Amino acid sequence: MSELKQELKEKIIEQLNLEDVAIEEIKDTDPLFGEGLGLDSIDALELIVMLDKDYGIKLADPKQGKSIFESIETMAGYIKEHRSR
Amino acid sequence: MFMKSAYKHFEIDYPKFFKMDRLSKLAVLAAEVLLGHPNTSKENRNMAVVLSNKASSLDTDRKYQESISDAHNFYPSPAVFVYTLPNICIGEISIRHNLRSENSFFIFDTFNPGFLKDYSESLLHSDKADEVLCGWVDVDEDSYEAFLYLVSSTGNHLHNEQQLTKLYRTP
Repeated sequence: MSELKQELKEKIIEQLNLEDVAIEEIKDTDPLFGEGLGLDSIDALELIVMLDKDYGIKLADPKQGKSIFESIETMAGYIKEHRSR
Repeated sequence: MFMKSAYKHFEIDYPKFFKMDRLSKLAVLAAEVLLGHPNTSKENRNMAVVLSNKASSLDTDRKYQESISDAHNFYPSPAVFVYTLPNICIGEISIRHNLRSENSFFIFDTFNPGFLKDYSESLLHSDKADEVLCGWVDVDEDSYEAFLYLVSSTGNHLHNEQQLTKLYRTP
């Protein structure tokens, strides 16, 4: 699980072009949106694509993203439970 | 690489810059040089933005096309897709400098000072704006070019085709 969290932090920084953010700055329970990493709605769509592309998870309802993408912790938990690759 | 260096050189602190496509990065950088950092700009400037280029958003269109060209690896990027229109760079400038006036983006084969002159003066004469940020911002593969200028009813230079052509050709 900790490896997955580390992997997610690396992917998020790289794929969302968070140029000024270091991996160690992202805490597992930090909110990804709003006051945390400050991601926006386009970033949310990118995360949905990332779930599909890298973990074989297709979100039928994009509204699910709100709880899944709350933090690295919640993302990793959801991926661990639903991944097909 | 140039854009990142310019971003650092001008001490711009705007993380969203790194999420932009190359056309928007170039437009935002050029606007930053002309208008200064937003905190030093006049607030709520009634400024229209009229930009032009030759390649439209082709640079990003190609990148997006690559992401959807393989049916077995079909993962279109929303973050790339949103930049597949040239006028998005005007939106980025407007967000950065809090501009809410008229804006238009035109495609020409070459810099067209006559058209931009008439269009910007029409905006000023019809009281649509007090100033117009005009110019040419073009990115295509390895080439890029940016030439921005401000038009208003007061200024140090005459606003005519000859003057614009001269300024455009001055390195």
